[in-house]
Order: sequence, then C-alpha cells, then structure tokens
Amino acid sequence: MTDHSAEVRHHVEELNYLNNGWSWKSWLLTVDHKRIAILYLISITVFFVVGGIFAGLVRLELLTPQSDLLEPETYNKVFTLHGIVMIFFFLIPSVPATLGNFLVPIMIGAKDLAFPKINLLSWYLYVIAGLVGIVGIITGGVETGWTFYTPYSSTYSNGNVVTVAMAAFIAGFSSILTGLNFIVTIHKMRAPGLTWGRLPLFIWAHYATSLIQLLGTPVLAITLVLMMVERAFRVGFFDPALGGDPVLFQHLFWFYSHPAVYIMILPGMGVISEIVTCFSKKSVFGYPFIAGSSLAIAILGFFVWGHHMYVAGQSTYASLVFSLITFAVAVPSAVKVFNWTATMYKGSIRYETPMLYAMGFIGLFTIGGVTGVVCATMGIDLHIHDTYFIVAHFHYVMVGGMVMAFMGGLHFWWPKITGKMYDENWAKLSAALVFVGFNLTFFPQFILGYLGMPRRYAAYPEEFQVLHVLSTAGATVLAAGYLLPAFYFTDSILRGKKAPANPYNAKGLEWQIPSPPPTENFLTTPVVTEEVYAYAEAKEEKALV
Amino acid sequence: MSDAHVATVDQAHAHEAHVAHQFVNARQQYESGNLGMWLFLQTEIMFFGGMFAAYGVYRAWYPEAFKIASTATNVPLGAFNTVVLIVSSLTMALAVQSAQLGKQKRLVWMIILTMLFGAAFLGVKAIEYTEKWHHHHVPGPNFIWEKEGGREVQILYCLYFAMTGMHALHMVIGLGIMTWLLIAALKGRFSPSYYNPVEICGLYWHFVDIVWIFLFPLLYLI
Repeated sequence: MTDHSAEVRHHVEELNYLNNGWSWKSWLLTVDHKRIAILYLISITVFFVVGGIFAGLVRLELLTPQSDLLEPETYNKVFTLHGIVMIFFFLIPSVPATLGNFLVPIMIGAKDLAFPKINLLSWYLYVIAGLVGIVGIITGGVETGWTFYTPYSSTYSNGNVVTVAMAAFIAGFSSILTGLNFIVTIHKMRAPGLTWGRLPLFIWAHYATSLIQLLGTPVLAITLVLMMVERAFRVGFFDPALGGDPVLFQHLFWFYSHPAVYIMILPGMGVISEIVTCFSKKSVFGYPFIAGSSLAIAILGFFVWGHHMYVAGQSTYASLVFSLITFAVAVPSAVKVFNWTATMYKGSIRYETPMLYAMGFIGLFTIGGVTGVVCATMGIDLHIHDTYFIVAHFHYVMVGGMVMAFMGGLHFWWPKITGKMYDENWAKLSAALVFVGFNLTFFPQFILGYLGMPRRYAAYPEEFQVLHVLSTAGATVLAAGYLLPAFYFTDSILRGKKAPANPYNAKGLEWQIPSPPPTENFLTTPVVTEEVYAYAEAKEEKALV
Repeated sequence: MSDAHVATVDQAHAHEAHVAHQFVNARQQYESGNLGMWLFLQTEIMFFGGMFAAYGVYRAWYPEAFKIASTATNVPLGAFNTVVLIVSSLTMALAVQSAQLGKQKRLVWMIILTMLFGAAFLGVKAIEYTEKWHHHHVPGPNFIWEKEGGREVQILYCLYFAMTGMHALHMVIGLGIMTWLLIAALKGRFSPSYYNPVEICGLYWHFVDIVWIFLFPLLYLI
C-alpha cells in the first residue's frame, strides 16, 4: 500500500486540479467539483464582505440613541440587505457549496458529483441571483426585512421588492440543485466498502441538509412568486383588503425558512464532528447517534415553523403543538453537543486552529441552542418576541455556530484545498479575536432584548446606550478577526510551506490523496476496508511499531 | 493509509461511450439519472404544494364563493384538455417503450405525437385565458364579477391563474425538453442499452400531467 501511494504521489505531483489549465475558460466552464468549490468560495466571500459592510453600518448607527448616521428608512434597508445577503448569499451556500462541493465526492471515493454540469449550473444560478440582487440594491434596495412579510412587501413598501425577491428565488434553485446533486451522489456513488455506517459524519450532515434544501426551498420559491405576482398585478393572495390571509404568507414562508435555519447549521455540525474527532485522536463517541440526530433535526425541523407566529394570530393550540415540537428538536441538537464533548473526554487533544474554532462552536452553539428553547416557550416569547433577545439567539447559532464551523472547516481543509500550509500563530490569534469579538457583540444583545429593546429600530432610549456601545465595540473586534485570514491565507498561497497529503494524521479518504488532489481525485477507485474514524487502531499500530 | 486498497475491477470495464467520466459504469449512471429526476419531482411536488395549501385554506374560508366561481369555468374545454394530456402520457410511455426496444422510427413518431398533444393543450388553454380576459375574470384592478361575492371569487381566480399558469409554464418547458429529445432521437442517440434520457423526460412529462389531473377537478368541477 505504502509504496503504491508513493508512486501515485510522484505521478501526480506535477498535475493537480489547480494547475490543470490556467485559462479563464478552464475555470468558468469547469465541471470539476473542486474548481466549482473554489468559484463558490470566492463568490461567497464577496457577499460575506458586502453583508459585513451592512452589519457594520447597522452597528455604527446604533452607537448613539438618536437616528443620526442613517435615515430610519435607510436603516431599514441596511438591516434588510444585511439579512438577505448573509442568509441567501452567504450562510446557505457557505459550507455545502464550498467545503461540501469539494469534499463530498472525495470523502465517498467518487471522481465527481453525479451531475457535474448541473453543479456548474448551480454556481451560475448563484451568480445570476447575486447580480440581480446587486441591481436591486443599487436601484433602491428593499426595506421589508429579510422575511418579505405581506401586505407590507406586496402593497406598501417603496423598495425594489420584486427584484430582490427574484434574487432570493433564483438563489433558491441554486441551492436545490446542489442538494439534489449531493443526495444522488451519496446514494449511488460511494466507493466499494463504504457502507452507510462508515460514512463520515460530514457526509451525514450534508445528506440531512440536502433533504431540507430539496423539500423546503421550492415552497419558499412559490411563496415569493405569489408575493411578487400580488405586488406586480395588484391581486390579493395575501392582502386582507382583497380577502387574502397575510398569516398564510407567514406559514408558507416559515415552512421553508425555519428548516432553512437547519440548512444554516447542519453542515457546520458535520464539520465540527470531523474536527473534534481528528484533534482528539479518538474515534467519535456515539457515531450512530450523531448521524441519526442530523436526520432527526432535518425531519423535526419541518414541523416547528409555527413558533415564529405565536403573536401573529395563530391559534393557541397550534402554538402549543409547535412549541412542544420545538422543544423536541433541542434533543438531537443536544445529543450532538454531548457526543462531541464525550469524544474529547480523555482524548489527546491538540489545540490547533481548527480545534479552537470547533471548541468555540460547541460553546457558542450551546448558548444559541439553549436560548432557542427559551424563545420556543410561548409565555416568554410574548415578552421577547421581536426584541434583541431573538437577534442575539439566532446570531449565536448562525455566526457563533455556522460561521465558526465554516472558518474551522476552511482552516482544517485549507492544506488539502490549496496544497499550502498557513501561519498557525496568526490563525490562532484570528480564532481568539473572533471568539472574543463575537461574545462582546452579541452577549449584550441578550440583555438588551430582555430589557425590552425591540429589533429593527434605528433609535432607542438612552439607557440602552452602554450595551449598544459594547456591542459595536465587539463588532469591531469581530471584524478584525475576520479580516486577518485575508492576509495570512494570501500569504499561505504565495509563500506557504507545501502541505503534505495528511498534515494532521487524520482519517478519511480525502487525506489519502495528494494535496491538492488531482483532477480525477482517485486514479483508481478506492476500496474501504476500515471502520470510520479508526483513530484508536492507528494509535495501537504506532505503539507496535 | 490502510483503508484504500487499489481496485483493479473497474479498470477492466472499458468505459462505454455514453457513460460520463464520473460514473464507474452504465448501471451507476442509469440509477443516478433516475434518482435525480425522482428527487427533482419531489421538489416540484413541494413547489405546487404551496399553491395547493393556499387553495385548501381559501376553499375552507370561502366554500360558497368557490362553488359559484367554478361554474364560470369552461368545463368542456377543461375536460377536452384532460383527455388530450392523458393521451399524451400514453404516447410518452410508448416513446419510452420504443426506445427500450430500439424501434427508432416509432420513437421519433411518439415524441412528435406527444409534442403535438402538448401544443394542443396549450392552444386550448390560450383560448380559455382569452375568454376569461374578455369576461373581466382576470384578477386585478379590471376584475368584474356581476353576481355577489366578487372579493372572494377573485381569490379563486388568483389561484386559478397562478396554478394553471405555473402548470402551463411547466408544459412549455416540457415542450422544450421534448424538442431536445426529438433532435437526439433523430440523431439515433438512443438504444436498448441507453434510453435513460427518454425515460427521465417521460417521468417529467407524466408528472406535469398528474398535476393537471388534480387541477381539473379542484378548479373546474367542485
């Protein structure tokens, strides 16, 4: 085995997926899932910066109690665009379209996704959606909040609702096609010996995510279509003045958008499972439970949407059921947290950058999850609904969870993707800044919300200023933490040390091929004979040697 | 580095011409293609499902208005279109069978027939829409309803146009797909060992057909 892989490495050293063609065409018309992952990585980074600038404007405006930097209507546009850009153009594609695209075929021993051309189409749809969105922003923006609630969006808004909603609609198809590609690939293209019980947890998480993308996104698509038709032709699907039901819009919207919250966390959980087990040098604790909990979250996640409408005129009994199911969805999430900590217990932990992000994730996601249970309680929700408590809660999950996981995963697989090592010290500093900055930004918002500060307001009473200043200061630190990788990753690409095939002694098929991988991933189809995460065996082998 | 042994099995299989590079063999490609289309149809069910849910809600809210409104639809034309679509599904199924059996000529004819029936459906639909336009039954500021309950009736017409419009759009896309299929069939691309695209396009065609089977009674008959 060893001599063979050495021979393989020698053979492909000159040619890998990165240097296999330098023309624009070889990138823009590529059907290689690895190159498409890079295309996605560049485009979502652009949108992360755009969304980050909007976030910065929001935090700057909230530095003072008066509405001074931005007009209230401009402020409404800025937070709306922050939400739309970050959700549809960054968080939803973040891990699946980049790391997932790169790793799903490799981790299962396939040469590519099942439908490479459709994969490229997904990226083009994403780019077209992005351009339509930018046109919408430049020609007036939109101030409805990312939820596009009717009848405000369909009748009263002065913003460019149709264009921006169209952007979200198109982005949705990009997401559906990615999910479809993943499910077919995972079902049909696993290497011989790679049974369902041996699939990496990253794959399980992406499988669950893809199910949600496939079943949820089309409902959002048709809902946005109906809203746009209502606005364009002045008909009344949801307009109460014309006999329609505005709460029906909310039902249909959240039928997608609550499961979408799990699109924005499940892939991150998959990343964390990989990192925790690798840097604890221990087989993951309770593999079937972590895998099963991903599916449980995906399934239960479809039946909790009503918890967004406790105060929207939904029947109390419906709310009661939604509340109970929401509590239930906390169970599989907690199962994951317990299993990760149990994996770390008595492991030989190495505190390298990905592990720092993973540990940050576990802490912050736990806070985000537990406050989620608080929000799901009907009585308490009456008090905290539409306050900063909610804002803090979902940022703990989305940013403290998903963005931390994305950063962790990006650092973890960076050597594999680029073939270069990055500067560990700078990366650790960045991880620390992100953790501190994040908590400083969002923890005060829990208190603000509990004290009654409503979300989506440009001005506020003076007694809230101290907490808002803390939050804005935290956002500055957070921004610094996110900017640092731009420098040390660039440095890594230009001057970084060459990465070995397996810099962390990790398990999994992706670490058995060269860094960066050859275009065809595997020169010959691998056959898997080992259980998943066999770190204990690896240790014993070493001891014997 | 111990769990990836080298398999020489699939090297023995020479890649057949129609098997794409990412697949190990024709069977894997066939199964992937079929599963992909079935999953896509799931998303389509959810897509139309949003509108069926809205229909359910408003039907429960305004049962009387919906009853009155459906009497104003053109049932004979709707029934004719239903028959046309069912026959087109038959010709589509025969097209798949022709491809499986390698009957090239019959395959081409069945695709052409399916397209003709599809076009006929769209033509009849256009007649119906024009009729609605002349009667001011198109929702919006110009909507006029002579009898009582105009506000509620308009909701049904919103749903009527959204649902049949979305269905017609799927028919138009279907005709585009069938054109591509026809060209491929004329080039003799399909054979008993490679008929997957015909089967997949057939699945799509039948799905669009089935949507209509639900739309017709809901919008015209009850």
